[in-house]
Amino acid sequence: MDIIGALTGALHDGFGYLAVSFCLAAIGLNIQFGYAGLVNFGQAAFLSVGGYVMGAAIATSGVPTVLAILLAIAFTVALALILGIPTLRLRADYLAIVTIAAAEILRLVFGTSFRTYFHGKDGVTGFTAGFRSLNPLPNYDGFFLTYSREELWTVMVGWGLVIMISLLTWALMRSPWGRVLRGIREDEDAMRSLGKNVYGYKIQALILGGVVGCVGGFVGAFGAASVQADTFNLDFTFIALTMLILGGAARVLGPVVGAVMFWAILSFLGSVLTQLASYPVVAQFMNADQASTIRLMLVGLVLMLLMIYRPQGIFGDRREIALDAH
Amino acid sequence: MPTDNFPNDHLSSGAARKDVSAAGDTSQPRVPDPGAGENKSMHECRTALQLVPHEAGAAKPDPIVVVNGIRRTFGGLTAVDVEHLEIQRGVITALIGPNGAGKTTFFNLLTGFDQPDAGSWSFDGAPLKGKAAYKVARLGMVRTFQLTRVLSKLTVLENMRMGATGQRGERLWAAALPALWRAQERDITDRARDLLKRFKLDAKEADFAGSLSGGQRKLLEMARALMVEPKLVMLDEPMAGVNPALKQSLLGHVKSLRDQGMSVLFVEHDMDMVREISDWVVVMAQGKVIAEGPPTSIMSDERVIDAYLGARHDTDISELERVIQVEHTHDHAEQRADREVPR
Ligand SMILES: Nc1ncnc2c1ncn2[C@@H]1O[C@H](COP(=O)(O)OP(=O)(O)OP(=O)(O)O)[C@@H](O)[C@H]1O
Ligand SMILES: [Mg+2]
Repeated sequence: MDIIGALTGALHDGFGYLAVSFCLAAIGLNIQFGYAGLVNFGQAAFLSVGGYVMGAAIATSGVPTVLAILLAIAFTVALALILGIPTLRLRADYLAIVTIAAAEILRLVFGTSFRTYFHGKDGVTGFTAGFRSLNPLPNYDGFFLTYSREELWTVMVGWGLVIMISLLTWALMRSPWGRVLRGIREDEDAMRSLGKNVYGYKIQALILGGVVGCVGGFVGAFGAASVQADTFNLDFTFIALTMLILGGAARVLGPVVGAVMFWAILSFLGSVLTQLASYPVVAQFMNADQASTIRLMLVGLVLMLLMIYRPQGIFGDRREIALDAH
Repeated sequence: MPTDNFPNDHLSSGAARKDVSAAGDTSQPRVPDPGAGENKSMHECRTALQLVPHEAGAAKPDPIVVVNGIRRTFGGLTAVDVEHLEIQRGVITALIGPNGAGKTTFFNLLTGFDQPDAGSWSFDGAPLKGKAAYKVARLGMVRTFQLTRVLSKLTVLENMRMGATGQRGERLWAAALPALWRAQERDITDRARDLLKRFKLDAKEADFAGSLSGGQRKLLEMARALMVEPKLVMLDEPMAGVNPALKQSLLGHVKSLRDQGMSVLFVEHDMDMVREISDWVVVMAQGKVIAEGPPTSIMSDERVIDAYLGARHDTDISELERVIQVEHTHDHAEQRADREVPR
């Protein structure tokens, strides 16, 4: 059995573009949920707007990459405003319902409508030339650190963005602005009684988290060289939330470590189980198809154990969880 | 801490007038914003209350809050129905009344946490109808909650810092640049530590607020409200659950707020406290203001005793107090948290 192979695969996936994309989605959720207490079940919508608007702008209209990126960010801000303005004055549940609905609506629209721009099930392709032309890496055939030249470029840019955005989050969350966000998470009425414009701060948090998610959409699009609607299903947001909880909410590194670990474990279990399934003895009660299902069951088990023995996540503060108990 | 500059019965004795102005002189350096008008009127406000008739809705010489026809119903129940009420500036006003009289609802209405069915009210000359709660607080009318609302997963010191208004670092664009707000943050922290010391919470500054006891939370919430530097501070049962020794020092502290030129409106069931520190008492029952006056006369007012006891007239004030205490401890546990601020 090839354990080394499984481990390299785990590293490859744990640091790959998909992990970066999820990582940024989770960082956005951390700003919204971890710090400000906003429940956004539609983070996938922000990534899909990022990927689709940018991709379609380049592929159909030949807009320069930088401009397409700015355009996509503008659309993301608009989406956050549309979702936030009517709901953020209401109880927390309303935002959750509206975001989940918006994510599904957008997925269906991208997947079935405006085919000249979004190309239905095929998705948007042919928008990576501008991004790839910036690749400063020397030409090499085959793989370096398990990544091809194009892949490595995307991954490098992706992790650069993760580092920058994490630093920004860290700076913001130790400021009085971040303190207000955490205060809102704890008790909105108390914050109002101290003269804080709770509504305004919640909108800011929703926009900021959405834009970070949108950047994750760019990385995912460039990594896969295509944007497809079905990527952005509800599971997407829930996996990103799982990563956040796994790493530790309201911790700057929580979503980063959560995303890497989640993909690494998923990938490692995947290759080990598939290899096991090739032994005739094991194949009697687990074939290759079942292996991928069992993989998810095992991940679920790991998460359950984590929540039982370390409910605050890997980086979380146990004392905070203890406060919830009473 | 200078506390007892003022004789409690100054309202009833003519000689007290002299004491008051003498004490006023010693307290002057503590006035935070010695605007000439405020300084002049500070103690005059209190002595001027002597001339105010002891009746519900009486006009005050210098009201900071004026309420007109404010009404709030919950289904068939009229929780608040106040025809007219004025709260004098620069004095300590107590709002008392049996459980369910509508005191907390009245607080919620005044501070924008709940909207009335009818009526208008103003604070410091500014009409407040329809103003968002956070704007009301920024105008200088800051309230605490009967069921305390501390920010559990923030430290005690962070809770305090949150009270400061006009923080540059609370704006998103400035937040990532500490150079823009560090100096202000240091001043805020100094002020927070001073207040924490006065409220005997300085040893707790690094603890999560959620780990404080019930009484400590009351103290923290009161101290935090003072961080806003309000003109009028509205305390909803500030002494509930605070131990007697600390209560004495808190009473002194509330009095010193008045000496600094702040107005205080507080709800309290503890008649000792009402008698000891309030300059004026407003009595509510079944949503209405039924009596007003200085504490000495209000304690013997028939209507007040009726409101608390039903129609048993031949009870003296100590009996009244006992009944209030019992009522208070019994009914309080039953208050539902979600009732505090209806959404
Ligand atoms: N959100 C609400 N929904 C329905 N009824 C309410 C609500 N809030 C208050 N009430 C009712 O309004 C009346 C006044 O309540 P309020 O809390 O103002 O009394 P209170 O004077 O503060 O009493 P206490 O001294 O016990 O705190 C009560 O009869 C209460 O049941
Ligand atoms: Mg009450």
